[in-house]
Amino acid sequence: MTTAPERTDPTPLAPGAPRSGTTFLGLPTAPRGVGHLRGDRPFPDAARDALRDGQLRANLGHATSTIRAKRARVVGEVPDWEQLRQAGKALKTATMARLDEHLVELERQVTARGGTVHWARDAEEANAIVTRLVQATGTDEVVKVKSMATQEIGLNEALEAAGITAHETDLAELIVQLGDDAPSHILVPAIHKNRAEIREIFLRTMPQFQGEGADRDLPDEPRRLAMAARTHLRERFLRAKVAISGANFAVAETGTLAVVESEGNGRMCLTLPQTLITVMGIEKLVPTWRDLEVFLQLLPRSSTGERMNPYTSTWTGVTPGDGPQEFHLVLLDNGRTAVLADEVGREALHCIRCSACLNVCPVYERTGGHSYGSVYPGPIGAVLSPQLTGVEDNASLPYASSLCGACYDACPVAIDIPSILVHLRAEHVEAQEKTTPEAAAFKALSTAMSHPRLWRLTQRAAGLGRLLARGRPTLPPVLPPPASGWTRSRDLPTPPRETFTQAWAREHGGRS
Amino acid sequence: MRVALFATCLVDTVAPQVAMATARLLERLGHEVVVPAGQACCGQMHVNTGYRREAVPIVANHVRAFAGAEAIVSPSGSCVASIHHQQAMVLRRAGEDELAAEAEALAERTYELSQFLVDVLGVTDVGAYYPHRVTYHPTCHSLRLLRVGDRPLQLLRAVRGLELVELPGAEQCCGFGGTFSIKNSDTSTAMLTDKMANVLSTHAEVCTAGDASCLMHIGGGLSRLRSGTRTVHLAEILASTEDAVSPHQTTRPAVPA
Amino acid sequence: MTSAREEVLGRIRTALGEHRPEVVVPRDYRAADERPAEQLREVLVDRLEDYKASVLRCGPDEVGATVAAALDAGLGPGWDAGSVVVAPGVPAEWRPDGATEDDGRPAVELAAFAATLTGVAVAIAETGTLVLDGGPVSGRRAVSLLPDCLVCVVEAGQVVGGVPEALRRLDPTAPLTMVSGPSATSDIELERVEGVHGPRTLVVVLVA
Repeated sequence: MTTAPERTDPTPLAPGAPRSGTTFLGLPTAPRGVGHLRGDRPFPDAARDALRDGQLRANLGHATSTIRAKRARVVGEVPDWEQLRQAGKALKTATMARLDEHLVELERQVTARGGTVHWARDAEEANAIVTRLVQATGTDEVVKVKSMATQEIGLNEALEAAGITAHETDLAELIVQLGDDAPSHILVPAIHKNRAEIREIFLRTMPQFQGEGADRDLPDEPRRLAMAARTHLRERFLRAKVAISGANFAVAETGTLAVVESEGNGRMCLTLPQTLITVMGIEKLVPTWRDLEVFLQLLPRSSTGERMNPYTSTWTGVTPGDGPQEFHLVLLDNGRTAVLADEVGREALHCIRCSACLNVCPVYERTGGHSYGSVYPGPIGAVLSPQLTGVEDNASLPYASSLCGACYDACPVAIDIPSILVHLRAEHVEAQEKTTPEAAAFKALSTAMSHPRLWRLTQRAAGLGRLLARGRPTLPPVLPPPASGWTRSRDLPTPPRETFTQAWAREHGGRS
Repeated sequence: MRVALFATCLVDTVAPQVAMATARLLERLGHEVVVPAGQACCGQMHVNTGYRREAVPIVANHVRAFAGAEAIVSPSGSCVASIHHQQAMVLRRAGEDELAAEAEALAERTYELSQFLVDVLGVTDVGAYYPHRVTYHPTCHSLRLLRVGDRPLQLLRAVRGLELVELPGAEQCCGFGGTFSIKNSDTSTAMLTDKMANVLSTHAEVCTAGDASCLMHIGGGLSRLRSGTRTVHLAEILASTEDAVSPHQTTRPAVPA
Repeated sequence: MTSAREEVLGRIRTALGEHRPEVVVPRDYRAADERPAEQLREVLVDRLEDYKASVLRCGPDEVGATVAAALDAGLGPGWDAGSVVVAPGVPAEWRPDGATEDDGRPAVELAAFAATLTGVAVAIAETGTLVLDGGPVSGRRAVSLLPDCLVCVVEAGQVVGGVPEALRRLDPTAPLTMVSGPSATSDIELERVEGVHGPRTLVVVLVA
């Protein structure tokens, strides 16, 4: 259990304000004022606007239903899917139980094979390390493989502040970067844009379409848009001196890193530059090489709905004559150890970032990723972001779910997201120092529901609500809050004259 | 068999006809129904809204009220799921290990209606008559927590006169989610809208399910739109008989008094 | 002042406390695919073609001619053998006459070639995956990346059923590239289209 972190306004950071909260074990959460884990308004408010965006709704509906069907097809053809899923869950649990030992082993192996390992307590420290490493090479631009960790810590902004340009090379990240937008999905950050919108962004921003005589013939076919991205990035790949990546997996026993991708932009970044810097959350480990046999089956089918993604690259330290000759691995905490301290919530660290839970989530499908305010949207974001930041900094997210459970079913490592959501709601409720009207109501109801006589009286009082209906079958559509949240869009039935237990007692002469 | 009926707080208070139909149905099938007077609520709403400490006395009351019951049946997938998956956990977290063990034992004897009928009693044809076009919404907790599967459909297919039509996008949540429907009212309404569109696309007269709460949500939306399609709990359909049909044809279930 | 390393490790120990669960990992998923070799090859072909790779099958003494046919398919007839770069360990009889052997030149210069010819370390039937291991036959990673057309020769004994069998055959410390079809993206409306930064054409010569 955690106690309440001190409450301050979200970003920007007030002078003298604490940089972050801590859990009761004294483990710091991700600091405020850096990175992208906190939104500027509560989920219901952001969602209200998103729900009115018809284009967004159509784009998300189309994309998520497409991927749901693909995923269902390729998962369905694996006879031992459930066994793989349980193995994946157990592997992650086992990894977390010995995380310190595995990290030390990883460090030893990477170092032995010519890499350098750096440790970062938080986003600021990681950004500083990467900036210093890039500056040491003398270059002022880097190419980037799509990486959630570097999005989380706001690395691009930190590099920009140091005069270093970061080129995102994943197609969706490129769309987001060129469109001066924010990512809205873990796998496909530009899922909220359709082909026509992407075409417009490319025509407006890519140098190849600017200037007199430029060939501006760009149909909105996905294939042609992908070609435009190839042309746009080709030269940048070939001249890049430094690449920055994340990692999907790191194998402790061998020091092997793995990046799973589709386009080949990852291979370009991992192969061509002289220097490779990988930023990885400390939870991305697997203990042994053999463990990858589980995750390399679970991940592609869950994320892009493919039997295998087009490219998976693994590398171990430095290979003479092949690929980068300088390799740095930055191990990032940034609140992860605070998550690890929560026996219920730590399961969120098992996430392999496939985004299957986003694609099946009825809330995500309608509100989109931006409503969550964090780079980790959707169901997994609703359990991960509040834990990384301390629940008070993302207090609305645990409630951004109807607890329908589709996420749990889809999760390839069987993270019980609904149970963690409920747990975090309790953490939030228990962190309140003042009694809210809601808490007072729930306490009163608790007293009534645990004393049968009092409960019967309460039911009778509720039944008096029928007087508001004046004989109609439903209550008036305008009721005061919080009932108004319901009656704005749904009728409430008029309470009956008699409860079931009353009627039953009457029929059975008072006996039960 | 002597069956203890857990009405649930919601059904008892605002949809008593659902519990009455459950009792009539079980009696018609030859079982004795008892309604423990001390019952109130399973505690789910408190747990799911974050009031797990406040849920402890509610759960304790529930365990007390049903202590000794041979079999407990409830017309709510969601509440039965909470009894199975949450009650013991909530008690254990509060240090009530003994009570938690009792809750676990009780959960093993607690059944959602369709599971009780099909798995315990071994019946699918309960002798019901309901001459209407019906679509079935598999509520989330029945579907994913209890895994009731096609049991409700088996029961519905055996109802005489009933025309069962498939609900498109059936497995999508209706947007109720307890206090979610109020705290995230707009998102909930967007989900409800899509659910209603699917229900209406079937041209069914009635949308049924095994959860009164979800039905109150879908039904509240359909009623607001004056759609003419109503929601009726599975128990009410299964309790309807030809003998009880009134001369005036209506989708209102004909449950014998 | 404690280092970040010590601090992070210390936090983990604090978070986990003294009672760490002993976890048994159930490994009752399929470890091997017992189907006959020819059936696995058929699955491989099916999966490769499903992801828009072309497959040509041939006998062990027809590899050279089939590689030429593969290059016909990938580059169009009349291709220039000098524009084909070959991993250094590729057997002479597979190579088109006049092809360029990779001599370790700066990687970016490989972008000038039209096509690449390599072997593979292992092929996974169930996922339609070729694994290149950076050895002489697979070539260094840039060789199979920069030219727009990739021709890979897969020998009969290299085909395994599933991922677990493949990983057992590989050296984890080698720079591995697992290739499943031509480069592709699902980033626009989550519809898969082939051809982005990696080779846009993948032709597989399956020897058996």
